[in-house]
Amino acid sequence: MSAITMRELTKVYPGGVRALDALDLDIVDGEFFALLGPSGCGKTTLLRTIAGLEVASGGSVHIGERNVTNLPPGKRDVAMVFQDYALFPHMTVQDNIAYPLRIKKVDRRERTGKAAETADELGLSALLQRRPGQLSGGQQQRVALARAMACHPQVFLLDEPLSNLDARLRLEARTFLKRLQRELGVTTVFVTHDQAEALALADRIAVMEGGRIRQVGTPTEVFRRPANTFVAGFIGSTPMNLVGTRVRGDELAVGAARLPLPDDARGQVTDGERLVYAVRPEYLDYSPTQVAGALSGQVVVVENLGSVSLVSLDVPTDDTDGGASSVQVVVAEGREPDPGDTGWVVPRPGRSLLYRDGDLVTAGAEAGVPAAAQG
Amino acid sequence: MTVTTAERPTIAVRHLLARIGRYTFLCLVLAFFALPLLWLATAPFDDTPTVTASLPRFTLDNFRALLDNPYALRSLLNSVYLAAGTAALVVTFAALAAYALSRVRVPGRDALLYGLLLLSSIVTGTATMVPLFELAFRLNLIDSRLGVILILSGGLLPAAIFILKDFMDSTPASYEESARVFGASPLQIMRHIVVPLVRPGLATVGVWAVANVWGNFLVPFLLLRGPDKAPAAVIMYTLYTEGGQADLRLLSTFSLLYSLPVALMFVFVSSRYGFRFHGGIKR
Amino acid sequence: MAQATSPPDELVEGARPVTGASPAPDAAGLGRARATGFLVPAMVLILVFLVVPAVWTIWLGLTNYRLTGLAAASPEIVGLDNFTDALGDERFRTSLLLTLEFVLGSAVIGQAGLGFAIAFALRDRRGPLRRVVEGLVLLSWILPSSVVAFLWIALLDRDAGTLNALLGIPGMAWLLDYPMLSIIIFNTWRGTAFSMMLYAAALENVPRSHLETARLAGASTWQQLRDVVFPRIRGHVLTNLLLISLWTFNDFAPFLITAGGPEQRSEILPVYVYKVALSGGELGFGAAISFVMLLINLVIALVYLRLLGRRKESA
Repeated sequence: MSAITMRELTKVYPGGVRALDALDLDIVDGEFFALLGPSGCGKTTLLRTIAGLEVASGGSVHIGERNVTNLPPGKRDVAMVFQDYALFPHMTVQDNIAYPLRIKKVDRRERTGKAAETADELGLSALLQRRPGQLSGGQQQRVALARAMACHPQVFLLDEPLSNLDARLRLEARTFLKRLQRELGVTTVFVTHDQAEALALADRIAVMEGGRIRQVGTPTEVFRRPANTFVAGFIGSTPMNLVGTRVRGDELAVGAARLPLPDDARGQVTDGERLVYAVRPEYLDYSPTQVAGALSGQVVVVENLGSVSLVSLDVPTDDTDGGASSVQVVVAEGREPDPGDTGWVVPRPGRSLLYRDGDLVTAGAEAGVPAAAQG
Repeated sequence: MTVTTAERPTIAVRHLLARIGRYTFLCLVLAFFALPLLWLATAPFDDTPTVTASLPRFTLDNFRALLDNPYALRSLLNSVYLAAGTAALVVTFAALAAYALSRVRVPGRDALLYGLLLLSSIVTGTATMVPLFELAFRLNLIDSRLGVILILSGGLLPAAIFILKDFMDSTPASYEESARVFGASPLQIMRHIVVPLVRPGLATVGVWAVANVWGNFLVPFLLLRGPDKAPAAVIMYTLYTEGGQADLRLLSTFSLLYSLPVALMFVFVSSRYGFRFHGGIKR
Repeated sequence: MAQATSPPDELVEGARPVTGASPAPDAAGLGRARATGFLVPAMVLILVFLVVPAVWTIWLGLTNYRLTGLAAASPEIVGLDNFTDALGDERFRTSLLLTLEFVLGSAVIGQAGLGFAIAFALRDRRGPLRRVVEGLVLLSWILPSSVVAFLWIALLDRDAGTLNALLGIPGMAWLLDYPMLSIIIFNTWRGTAFSMMLYAAALENVPRSHLETARLAGASTWQQLRDVVFPRIRGHVLTNLLLISLWTFNDFAPFLITAGGPEQRSEILPVYVYKVALSGGELGFGAAISFVMLLINLVIALVYLRLLGRRKESA
């Protein structure tokens, strides 16, 4: 078990694509850490560079005290679970789990014993003599995890661990994975493009874009206080509302509406400045009657999400050509308006944010917010 | 669409005629392909074989002629030796090369493969028998079975590499990467992971190489001098061309025995994998 | 080069002579050096026994090299003399014409025609009849050529041959009176399997619904073939024709039956080269003819590869 430290880590592919761009990142010992981002953001490259499957073009990777930058994958004491699990189809479950031990020249008796032990911990005892092809997706994943556990590595690397499971199994596997990581306490890095998965599983998340880290923080931090509009748009099952605004004294003007300046931004903005006002649909309250400090507009679409509904309103603003932005709000069941209604949405106190040139306007540096401020 | 009552019989008649035509054709095809084979099926068991195919008076005595001939059985062993040697060489070398080509970016890889394939299809034994003979002479490979094996391997390798690379390309790299993260060396990865995964491909190439060598007449005919090293293909030819009246007992039983291995291999492959097209035996 | 007309399919159809993007650069961590080491044994064999002979053919073709005698000790460059000699040689021109006749008759008409006919007649059949027909056709393909050659010698034997016995015309000397016809039919018999299988696979790709549409519209079998089947399998037909032409052009098996005779009346190019160069000892002249053969092979193969490439692009 060890911390992972990356400094100035760079990966340039032949042809000049910069997959990782001078990246600094610290992953704490025992942490469950998510690399999150859209496809092509470099998250998988980063994971593979930690594993040693890609050779860094510059910078360094340390695992614990060891500089592993130029070590081959087998010498790094890491275990990786691949997206397709990569279970060897010609070996039984037992032989698959025992394979890392076979490479370490553990004798046959001992390694089958250890494999059976590990399998038992993951509830795979009944499947030991099966071939991977005879297992369900969930079982295959457990076998892959067991194989990774069998060699007691310092670090687990998981590539899209849940993406090969169908939706129903995925929730079950997510809970299982989180519990397993907690019990083992091994530093674990996983890659995902699914923000909900990252929020649910990880102790901390690094949100990546274009080979750079846009924010590192706990799920709460990245959800509540995205460091920039990219993270704001990426995190959350419904995207954050972003509307253009102008500072008017200690208020914000959105079209004709006036909103209170977020506490955080007080003293950080100048009068008349143009900014982007941001608030999550979950942090807005809908009112069918006029209230102060609210945005108002016409209800366009009502989407039923089960216990809540997502209501989209066209709010007159002065930042787009048509002079209107779409604002979404989550409304509890039984209180949904009808399309065509006029409604008011009120931001909850302390939950709205301001962005200047894409970056969060905030008083003082907060822990974890700008990645570069770390270490 | 309506069919008038007047048309209906015409269609039925046409249909019937088409069926009759089709079956007649298939019967003719059967006859055409079976006719030459009849002799091979009957003569070995006839106590007085002639070149005419006829119902045999059954006997197995003819097979004794095989034992009496000094070269017959030995030539079959020679064939086995050539086929096994070539297949082993082709499978091993092609697998190594295909793996390297499939997994490592070698500059100009595709052009190289295309070029080799083109070369192997135009540089046939018949078109290059002169330099092949010369080459064998210079390399001291005249009258050497190793020479035959090497020359045949050289000709089969490009296609074999091609087929195997296809197999390897279709195997996900994550298997090998997974093994690598566990610390397996490249050779361990080859042994533990890659070879078992592409075994069907290796078998395909092996069978294909054996079939090619087993029937090959020209190369051993050119290079091997004495009858003691000659494979069955060459001995078969000498049996019916050299020295007076051919011994039909020997010829018939030898033909049968020589044909049997490839026929059995074909039955085995087609029952196991189905002799579908592409690739005959591939996948 | 080990192949006569019967190399099972390395180039065919699905052979995908295409090398798509490999999964990953160097997944197993081979490294350049080891990868090169893996390549070397195969490449050495290919170089020595495939590339060198090809180059040597050209060089030999330019010399007066002979197996024995004065020129054997110190061959001289004679330039294009061998080629002009060859092209001016009556026997060579006859041989070339015979080869054309052989390729046209046994490959294009015989193998491709019969192969397609069988595949079409069997197209929607399953069961024993299909298996028996296919089995026999395939058997004739996989049996060793020297065995097959003798089977045909026996079948066509003048006095006691099965064919004459069946036809009731004893004394008919097929191999002497009709040597070309004999080897053409022999090669058709021997090589049809490949075309049959290729066309069977091609016909499976013709959607049933298209044929049924044509039938509903009242198209005859011939019209269905022309309007529905051929347009769909044009690529297969070209592939087939080029490959079997290449193989038949290089087929040495007729030597086993007629050895070019009688009086060179069935002396196709492969047999001619063998006789001139290896029996007659005129290696230089033989190589010049070989070179002409190589050129013809190259043209056929290039046309084939271009077609493959184009089909790949349009796919």
